[in-house]
Amino acid sequence: MSLEHSHPIQLNELYRDVIMDHYRRPRNKGTLEDPSVSIALNNPVCGDEITLQLLVRDGRIERARFMGRGCSISQASASMMAQQIEGKTLAEAEDMIARFKRMMHGDEKAGEPLGDLMALHGVSKFPVRVKCALLSWEALERSLEQLR
Amino acid sequence: MIDARALRKDFPVLDQRVNGRPLVYLDSAATAQKPRPVIDAVRRFFEEDNANVHRAIHALGERATAKYEEARRKVARFINAPSERTIIFTKNATESINLVAYSWARARLKPGDEILVSPIEHHSNLVPWQLAARATGATLRFFDVTEDGQLRLDNLDSLISERTRLVAVTHVSNVLGTIVPVASIVAAARRAGAVVLVDGAQSVPHMPVDVQALGCDFFAFSGHKMGAPTGIGVLYGREELLEAMDPFLGGGDMISSVRLSGSEWAELPYKFEAGTPPIAEAIGLGAAIDYLTAIGMDRVHAYERRLTAYARERLEQLPGITIYGPKERGGLLTFNVDEIHPHDLATVLDQHGIAIRAGHHCAQPVMEWLGVPATARASFWVYNTEDDVERLVEGLRAAKEFFGYVA
Repeated sequence: MSLEHSHPIQLNELYRDVIMDHYRRPRNKGTLEDPSVSIALNNPVCGDEITLQLLVRDGRIERARFMGRGCSISQASASMMAQQIEGKTLAEAEDMIARFKRMMHGDEKAGEPLGDLMALHGVSKFPVRVKCALLSWEALERSLEQLR
Repeated sequence: MIDARALRKDFPVLDQRVNGRPLVYLDSAATAQKPRPVIDAVRRFFEEDNANVHRAIHALGERATAKYEEARRKVARFINAPSERTIIFTKNATESINLVAYSWARARLKPGDEILVSPIEHHSNLVPWQLAARATGATLRFFDVTEDGQLRLDNLDSLISERTRLVAVTHVSNVLGTIVPVASIVAAARRAGAVVLVDGAQSVPHMPVDVQALGCDFFAFSGHKMGAPTGIGVLYGREELLEAMDPFLGGGDMISSVRLSGSEWAELPYKFEAGTPPIAEAIGLGAAIDYLTAIGMDRVHAYERRLTAYARERLEQLPGITIYGPKERGGLLTFNVDEIHPHDLATVLDQHGIAIRAGHHCAQPVMEWLGVPATARASFWVYNTEDDVERLVEGLRAAKEFFGYVA
């Protein structure tokens, strides 16, 4: 029996394999010894937690690590984000934040340059879960503000 | 035994499909659905009687006032309060508790005084006491909890002393379902001269409550968890305590005379009801009480006990499920499924038309005590059936299969 028949079709759009893979085997999880910035955020409504740490040199994110606990969407989003922002300039990271937010508000095209993160576009169809996906991005946004 | 299948027809909102499946509503501990007589009572009030209370000298105003005060009498009878003067209408249980925290606690507590709170409280019966303690220099102390989530009573005498001024405790835990033996706590508090506030938000909708038998000084609950509209809550208080307290909010309707130099307060209960109250909502609460009284609270309690025991038994048969809280409990089950975060679980169940709650249930200290960031919760009321439980079991199986497959 295929999943498409036994489960509502939307679920497969939300829980893409790549999301579950990042949830089960998070990348870039851990802490940095000497981070340039460290931001801890939680979602008071649901209890999801993220701590994001960045090591920045010459305007470029050299390393990104996160710690946290929460649902598959929040943790997979953090894992993919941390993986992808490494090596990016601060300006590029800001562009990624803007694109990711637009994607969460339904603009699928905006997410196209975001690679694996595109898998999260299905979250936009579940309004109550959008805040789960955005938590790590808010931590990134605040980190960039501190670095300015 | 009540006929939940028949009662279900009284709740129009339940007659719908969600994501293609008939709705199974298992979130009544967050808010209960409204029976037709409540909806009709509110609509009739707006269509036939709407006016402000206690002010207007005209027919509509008199009818509105009569209905509003009739609702108060119904509340007093429902929880066996000695007089309707002891029934204060508020916005919800949270406001009721805050009223006591401000008008009683803040005016009386001083450094060295102690407030004894249970660690299994909803935030609404914890945060107001943290604020009151901070404002007065009083100290918060906490009950101990047994491994299965009950309050330890064997060491009460070491927790309650002459320093204890107030004991604030839930009647039924919104997370663990624990039914707290309030009367024993009241007895220990009395010996020390402390007053007792009981949060009845999760008890009044589900079991007979007699505030005089409980012996507590204050008792707070919300209308919306018992079939009434949102925006109406109740504070019961012992008359001599209420008499001695200053008003919580100032404004119209709560004064007997106002001069620029100062004012005198209205008599009970109006002293605590500043401004235009939630009139239609109170009338809706009266209708909800009529509805529940016709069913019989003993029967509601017996039915929910049976249904919750059945649900527990069925869920325990599924592998990888942890159920939290004591065996003897109110009408709710809090649980987690291995490897599935409760939010993910709730999303999958919602796709199958099943509404549960997932998160920390406004009780973060309880989550900390359980050692989990969040849990799922299925809660029951008079309209839930064994079929609903079967749908939940089927939904949980589907969720496990789904997340197993995706892995």
